[in-house]
Amino acid sequence: MENLILYGVTLLLLVLSFLKDGGKTKNALKKAWKSFYNILPEFLGVIMLVGLLLAVLNPDVISRIIGAESGWLGVVLSAIVGAVTLIPGFVAFPTAAMLLKNGAGYMQIGAFVSTLMMVGVITAPVEIKYFGKRLTVLRNTFAFLFSFLVAYIIGKAVGGA
Amino acid sequence: MKPLLKRFGFLIAAIAAVAAITLFDASLGFKAVNIAGFSLKEMLLVLPPVFVLMGLLDVWVPKEIMIRYMGEGSGVKGIALAILLGSAAAGPLYGAFPVAAVFMRKEVKFTNILIFIGAWSTTKIPMFVFEMSALGTAFAVTRLLVDIPGIIIIAYALAALIPKEEIKALYKNAENL
Repeated sequence: MENLILYGVTLLLLVLSFLKDGGKTKNALKKAWKSFYNILPEFLGVIMLVGLLLAVLNPDVISRIIGAESGWLGVVLSAIVGAVTLIPGFVAFPTAAMLLKNGAGYMQIGAFVSTLMMVGVITAPVEIKYFGKRLTVLRNTFAFLFSFLVAYIIGKAVGGA
Repeated sequence: MKPLLKRFGFLIAAIAAVAAITLFDASLGFKAVNIAGFSLKEMLLVLPPVFVLMGLLDVWVPKEIMIRYMGEGSGVKGIALAILLGSAAAGPLYGAFPVAAVFMRKEVKFTNILIFIGAWSTTKIPMFVFEMSALGTAFAVTRLLVDIPGIIIIAYALAALIPKEEIKALYKNAENL
């Protein structure tokens, strides 16, 4: 659905752009291709690593790590699992909901969801290409630490712990 | 053109890692390749429109307009726009970086680019709706309320920690990406 909207909007704008100025549109497509081509090897490498990590860290393993009563250690581990994995939202949220049902705490799930979205260890090679090493490391470190605050507040506000 | 090894080094290392695992544990290796194939499909689905939109933005929206709305001196308006644009986005975080490169070319303020990245990573509207239905309204709303100030604070902290010359170099580098 999300993709359908994305494609629809892109196509509409592309047609409008072409009607207004064919040369400019060609230029835009050239630029799009050049950027895509430049970053493609990093993307493909990231995807191989994603495959590897998700093969090892399947939902079974994850639920064992952040099961009930895992406490702060569980929060730290969930944050690490979230940071190194790259799972699309439509898989991540149902997985998180399932983990909650199986006894994981809100704090652990909060840490997991937060680092999953904000921290990208395997996507770092792509990020470095655009933002450089120092900024990539700093941004991910801050986001990782910030996720503990998010986990703590979610644990207090939602879990009532 | 960069040397081949620099361009493909990381990809080769990743493939070698998967190949090594496959030798060690075949079923795990095949599973990894399978999942990689699935992610590849997702990537090939999301990235082309993102890059085309970026190209159109690059060609059609003049630098002056981007500077006025999101550049130095754009103030609260720039921050709000960065959050809105990031939240309206679709796709995983890696889709945000190429857009950030276009923003750099258009001289968007550095903190606003970082806020945009933060918003894209965690306050996306389509994801928020999904999060609410899967994990409950209290969970999703609490996370959103903590994340918005968090994103802004992290953006300013990062901008303060990175030397000015390095930011300039990043903007220059964006011209070639």
